[in-house]
Amino acid sequence: MGPIVAFFTRLYGPRGWLTLGGFIAVVLFVIPLLRLLPPEHSLHLSDYFVLLIGKIMCYAMVALAMDLIWGYAGILSLGHGLFFALGGYSMGMYLMREIGTEGQYRSHLPDYMVFLDWKEFPWYWAGSEYFWLAVLKVILVPGLLAFVFGWFAFRSRIKGVYFSIITQALTFAFMLLFFRNDTGFGGNNGFTDFKRILGFPLADPVTKTALFMITGLFLVLTLLACRYLVISKLGRVLAAIRDAEGRAMFSGYKTRDYKLFVWTLSAVMCGIAGALYVPQVGIINPSEMSPANSIEMAIWVAVGGRGTLVGPLFGAGLVNGAKSWFTVAFPDFWLYFLGCLFILATLFLPRGAIGLLDRLRRKT
Amino acid sequence: MTQTAEGTASSSGDTVGMAHMVRPGEVDISHGAILYVEGVTVSFDGFKALNKLSLAIDAGELRCIIGPNGAGKTTMMDVITGKTQPDAGTVFFGQTIDLLKMSEPEIAHAGIGRKFQKPTVFESHTVFENLELAMKMDKGVWSSLRYRISAEQRDRIAETLEHIQLESRAGIAAGLLSHGQKQWLEIGMLLMQDPKLLMLDEPVAGMTDAETERTAELFLSLAGRHSLIVVEHDMDFVSSIARKVTVLHEGRVLAEGPMDVIQNDERVIEVYLGR
Ligand SMILES: Nc1ncnc2c1ncn2[C@@H]1O[C@H](COP(=O)(O)OP(=O)(O)OP(=O)(O)O)[C@@H](O)[C@H]1O
Ligand SMILES: [Mg+2]
Repeated sequence: MGPIVAFFTRLYGPRGWLTLGGFIAVVLFVIPLLRLLPPEHSLHLSDYFVLLIGKIMCYAMVALAMDLIWGYAGILSLGHGLFFALGGYSMGMYLMREIGTEGQYRSHLPDYMVFLDWKEFPWYWAGSEYFWLAVLKVILVPGLLAFVFGWFAFRSRIKGVYFSIITQALTFAFMLLFFRNDTGFGGNNGFTDFKRILGFPLADPVTKTALFMITGLFLVLTLLACRYLVISKLGRVLAAIRDAEGRAMFSGYKTRDYKLFVWTLSAVMCGIAGALYVPQVGIINPSEMSPANSIEMAIWVAVGGRGTLVGPLFGAGLVNGAKSWFTVAFPDFWLYFLGCLFILATLFLPRGAIGLLDRLRRKT
Repeated sequence: MTQTAEGTASSSGDTVGMAHMVRPGEVDISHGAILYVEGVTVSFDGFKALNKLSLAIDAGELRCIIGPNGAGKTTMMDVITGKTQPDAGTVFFGQTIDLLKMSEPEIAHAGIGRKFQKPTVFESHTVFENLELAMKMDKGVWSSLRYRISAEQRDRIAETLEHIQLESRAGIAAGLLSHGQKQWLEIGMLLMQDPKLLMLDEPVAGMTDAETERTAELFLSLAGRHSLIVVEHDMDFVSSIARKVTVLHEGRVLAEGPMDVIQNDERVIEVYLGR
């Protein structure tokens, strides 16, 4: 028992675990229970609300992944939307196969392939009917792409703004690729009209609630994994690379390996978030790869507070909560608001919302 | 390869008695020298920062390198530590290790530690963590993830903290140290790496006289067990530690010898001391 307890107490103190326990209770018990109450009940939670929280939890995972690479290792990626989308598409392919012959054309092929007059699935759809293979792809596709890209980028010692710009270009290039109908992923409509996952109907509130709970669980696991990483010596090495890469290299650290590791890990986390996102919202299309999406991810982290893990979690919640309200109330002003938020955060809150909270607490 | 008298004299103990049985990764100093720089040329857009520079450092030696601004001292260190690839020349660590084929971290592992001209420490880490990060150990990704500090390692860090007189500052962020203290911390980090060869680029810049004096004592105590290359502008400091001095000028060696001879060398006075 001793070492196990020590392991947990190392990750967070009593207050941290209490907060986390509270979160787990809400996500795994309170919200599901209220969601499954009959709709007439005054405490019943609407589909809209649960879906919004579910989405935000996916974004929060992305924010953690961004914080790992940007907050700790100092590498600003403006292409993480790509990894999120690739995880989503990997899951989406499976969900398309689960539709079976219930599409508009009653074909075993997805509707858009029938429309394109294709007779067979392209080779890269092979095995897409297996859930386990989809899970594997969710991890491997973003992981491999990130690994190969990172291998070349870090080997060529591409850094700073140049790295950020190249990641923007990368996600943009993939967006253009996925927009094409010939690519075989449904062009600009992407995948939608999903029916089932593992045989469970997606329209069923029980399935939706289960997906919500699984997402909550993954968010907690991701947070703990990130926490374990950043309090280990590896986390200190990452921050050392961020602050003085030359010193780290002359101290004997192969900084390229470290960057490649955390970069790939971060991409995989995004992929998992995307895979959890798609069955909940019921659609994935190339707009997820738009450069603006990836920039928004960086804003969540900046607003929440870089290099704190908890900050970006808040940042994702705060910004997306505001977004869902704004896009209903003042749809035209959302982007202006987001821009202002970003500028204000960088000018006045270098340590984000968390830094502000910290300062307020110290004053009182 | 025959056993030479100097080889035994300067031995640090282990492999030198058997020149032919040098283990891979060990530095072969059987011929007495730990570092050979030969015919190294580095040009930046046609300008030769180093011009067929040649120089050898004996094992256990404390060598001072002086020279006017732009002489190529820092560039020389960049070449030795793998930061800059020369256009021509060879650099060997001991008899067998070709430094030009190695990356910075590999060179660090082989046993060369470097202090930068501008003191460079990990500013957001504590003084303790800085030393911990520098400590000699497996520095791969996995071992870093699983690393837990041992009692022995704590002792080693405590020892170094005492050595560099920063015990009372162990828990504060390194960014908050004074310039001189940062210099010391960086030297402490080098010591934690336990290198065979230390290269120190202007180590006493920004130090008080007392600090400078202590640094001189520290370097003198290190020589013998370690080899040191010290680049400095501070002539008093150089005189206080120097045994052999090399003067660089326009990317090549202008003069080399004991400090008093160098100080009276006319060419040296002309380019450097007399100004
Ligand atoms: N990356 C570079 N690109 C172009 N020129 C460079 C570069 N690095 C150094 N130089 C030039 O090479 C010459 C040697 O520089 P170096 O820094 O080695 O001199 P130094 O002897 O260390 O001088 P100081 O005493 O000022 O530190 C200088 O003229 C410098 O301007
Ligand atoms: Mg210099």
